[in-house]
Formats: sequence, structure tokens, C-alpha cells
Amino acid sequence: MIGRLLLRDCMLLMPGGRRGGALLPLLFFLAVAMLYPFAVGPDAPLLARTGGGVIWVAALLAAILPLDRLIAPDLEEGVFDQLAVRGVAEELAIAVRMLAHWLSFAPLLLLAALPAAALLGLEQETLRTVLLGLLAGTPGLAAIGVLIAALTASLRSGAALAGLLLIPLSVPILIFGAGALARPDGGGLAFAAAISLLLVAVTPFAAGAAIRAARES
Amino acid sequence: MQAMLAARDLACRRGERLLFRGLSLSLSPGEACHVAGPNGIGKTSLIRILAGLLRPFHGSVECRASTALLDERHALDPQVPLDRALAFWSELDGSGAALMEAHRERLGLAELADVPVRYLSTGQRKRAALARLLGQRAPVWLLDEPLNGLDTAGTELVETLIGEHRAAGGTCIVASHQPIRLAQATRLEIADFTA
Repeated sequence: MIGRLLLRDCMLLMPGGRRGGALLPLLFFLAVAMLYPFAVGPDAPLLARTGGGVIWVAALLAAILPLDRLIAPDLEEGVFDQLAVRGVAEELAIAVRMLAHWLSFAPLLLLAALPAAALLGLEQETLRTVLLGLLAGTPGLAAIGVLIAALTASLRSGAALAGLLLIPLSVPILIFGAGALARPDGGGLAFAAAISLLLVAVTPFAAGAAIRAARES
Repeated sequence: MQAMLAARDLACRRGERLLFRGLSLSLSPGEACHVAGPNGIGKTSLIRILAGLLRPFHGSVECRASTALLDERHALDPQVPLDRALAFWSELDGSGAALMEAHRERLGLAELADVPVRYLSTGQRKRAALARLLGQRAPVWLLDEPLNGLDTAGTELVETLIGEHRAAGGTCIVASHQPIRLAQATRLEIADFTA
């Protein structure tokens, strides 16, 4: 059953998937990497020093681009209701959705980080830290995306609230994930991974409760 | 005979309004109940309470069998061809592809298998949702306005399907403001229980 759910979620969210526009996060990510050097000018040392952080911010924004497609359509269509009638817990459905969301953007993002690093003139060592950091941080970013999508799915002015929720939730991952670039001792990466893990663990319960609360409204 | 679905002393509150209270019902295999009343009186809320999707303000629901729900939201992915959208549910419910095809045929959807759900008309979507309901093979049916959008033939088909479901030992609760012919069904006017 989990496999069937995951298959459906992936079909809906994957690049070329049916909810469309799934390549957008990737293109957005590459566009930021491409445009940033034009914006700050041809200062190679500056680009190399700040490029890692830019990749992180681009990754974060790319992860929340498909926010309105993550939960709201299924809530409106009654998919979660039908799953609940069949005894599928909201927590399970959300956990599967989170995995599908991660699969839909993170592997491609890691690949795209290679050309992005070239565009920003990052050194080998920095690129390694960025890739490891993204590997540790993207599950957390996926969790943030699903959590915000679930919390705001039933609200009329959800988009505005989503922006407000994003900042406090994503700051810890950014501090440690991007901070690892400045202090190459691995501590930052470990912290980013820990925060990621916490978000992944909390999201199914928080988002599941949000979906149940949406039914009562 | 033991009741398949029993509700005791239900009360439902939406916001500040108490929609109904003191509502009890009990259905044994083969029985059916028509929940009637004007718009906004709480028919949908009652169905959702019985389905376990809404917590009652007071009272309890006891259900001894798996339930199937049919409401205004069909839970079929709009972008997906009809047979794939139905296949998702039939695979979750463990009913085979052949059975699902038979249901589609019966509901007059045989030629629409490759058509994305969003291109279907209101009535066709309702028929598709009925196919999903049949595929679930649950003994308790909770139907919220099952006749909305259906033509005369569709209405008769729903009445026949409910009859067959009851003959096979299932029970059925139909919430509808429209008249529906159900043999020997109890009729429950929610207006009798309003606060």
C-alpha cells in the first residue's frame, strides 16, 4: 500500500509529472546560479566566497516552489478523506508525500549543483561541503515544504502565511548548512543533518494534525 | 441481528451553531436509511461523523464493518485518465482490474477510460465515483447526495445498485434532499432533531 501511495505521489510531483511545472525548481535553481555572477560583477574571489551560500538559498527557494501543489489539491479533492475511510493514517500519507517531494527535487538539485558551482567558480573543497550539506539539508527542506503546505492548505490567504512560516523554519538549517562553508570541521554539517532529522520526524505528525483540523473548519 | 452501524445520542456543532442533537440510529445488514432535510441542516455533517471524519460534539458511533464514502469530492486526480485514476483506488482496495472494468462498463464509462478526469461532465464524474465505491466492496455505504448531477437513467442505476448492495447483506445511508426510491428504508428527518 505504501508503494502504491508513493508511486502516485511521485507521478504527480516528479519532473514531467501530471501536476505540471515540476522542472521549475531545477530551472529556478540554475537561473539563480547563472544570474548571480552578472548581478555582483566579475569578481572571482568574491563569487567563490559567497557562491556556496547562494546555492543554499537557491536550493531552499527551489524546494518550496511547488508548495501549492503539495497538499491543497488532494485536500480539496477529498483524497485524504478517502484514505482516512480506508484506515490510512494522515501521518503515513504525509510521510510518503514528503519522501516523494524529496525525490522530486533533491537528486536533480544535487546534480545541478555541479554546473552551478562551475558558474560561481567554487573550489573543489567548497563544492564538496556544499554537496554534503545539501545531502544532509534537503530532507529537512522537503519536510518544511510539506509542513507549510499542510498548515496553509485550507486557508484563504495561505500564500502570505506560507512566506512568514518559511523564514523561522528554514533559518536553522541555513545557518548550519551554509555555515559549514566557513568552518570546515564538519560540525555544521552534523548540526544541519540533526535539524533535518528533527524536521523529518516532526512533520508527519504536525501536518497530519493540520489536515484533521482542516476537516473541522 | 447485530447492528453493523450504530450511532448513539449524536450532537453536532459547527462553529457556534448546534445543528442537531439526540440523534440515534442503528442499521443491521440489509437495512437502509434515507437522511432527509433541506440544505444546510446537517446531512453532510452527519455523514462525515458516521464516516469518522468529523468528531461529534456529543455521542458515539460504532461501526463493525469497513465503510465506503461517496460525497461531492470524488478524489479522482483531474489530470489522469479515468482508468488510471480508478486503478489507484482499486489497487489500494485490492479489487482486480477485471472487476473494475466490469464496474466501469456497468456505469456507462467504458468508452471514457482514456479521457482525463477533468474533461468528464459532472454526471460522468459521479458515475466514476460510484465505480470507485463499488470497487471498495465495503459493507457500509455512506452516500452524500449520490443523485446530484445524474440523469434519470443514472438515478435508477443508483437505486438498483443500492438494492443489490442490500441484498448482498450491506447497509446504506443515503443523505439526499431529492426523493430516492429505497424499498423499506427508514426515513430520518434531521429537522426532528434540531436544537
